[in-house]
Amino acid sequence: MSGSLYVNKKVLVVDDFSTMRKIVRNVLKQIGFEDIVEAENGASALAVIRNEKIDLVVTDWNMPQMDGLELLENIRANDKTKDLPVLMVTAEGMKENVITAVKAGVDNYVVKPFTAETLSEKLEQIFKKRGI
Amino acid sequence: MDVKFINPFLNATLEVLKTMAFMEAQPGKPYLKTNHSAPGDVTAIIGITGPINGSLSLTFSSTCIIKIVDNMLGENFQEINDDIKDAVGELTNMISGAARRRLEEIGFCFKTAIPTVVSGPGHQIKHMSKGPTIAIPFDTLAGAFTVEVNFNR
Repeated sequence: MSGSLYVNKKVLVVDDFSTMRKIVRNVLKQIGFEDIVEAENGASALAVIRNEKIDLVVTDWNMPQMDGLELLENIRANDKTKDLPVLMVTAEGMKENVITAVKAGVDNYVVKPFTAETLSEKLEQIFKKRGI
Repeated sequence: MDVKFINPFLNATLEVLKTMAFMEAQPGKPYLKTNHSAPGDVTAIIGITGPINGSLSLTFSSTCIIKIVDNMLGENFQEINDDIKDAVGELTNMISGAARRRLEEIGFCFKTAIPTVVSGPGHQIKHMSKGPTIAIPFDTLAGAFTVEVNFNR
């Protein structure tokens, strides 16, 4: 994966735990992303998406105020953001959860705990599929 | 409490520590806990609902959790601060999720809430049900921690 491809892409990392936001941010930096913004829940994330040009969303599922599934549904329901790539990174790894997220239009799904390699691979799959 | 409800939490703990913090932990002999004292410096607790209800808690010694979070984030913490407390919550979240996947494999579906974190000398753990609490002590090269699983039956 070439880092230079992603220098100009902006990623929004959404998780209520700063620890996980840092872990995801560290992996994104290793891959080559430099422009990374964060939000603590789905509601804050939607505000960022409305005000900034975001190229990729990496979101947790379980969060207060608005969870990741509701965030995903809001993104897909809006004509301006419906094509925005979304990766879900969550401890909710039960089959029912994965099926629900896929039906809601998630691009890919990473179950916690995960290695940096797994997260990189899932992102790469999105980039290939989306032509990023 | 049936051992089939305990082993998923034990194995999930080992998996999460190894994957996210690159640390091996040695589980000790589980025991029935009969008081509310936290066996360490910082604790996260999360409610669990399903065919039986209860809660999961993780309590770490300061040396142990500082090393774990150092490994997770590539940083060098000196004391328990807000970043460390946040990490204890996220570790609990991940362990509960990994345990619930194992429980799903044997036919039991559980849900969890968002964890809360408590710290300080002499802090107590208030589990969600009045049923038995099984404590599993773990040892690492950086110190000890304890996982407690509480269910209403």
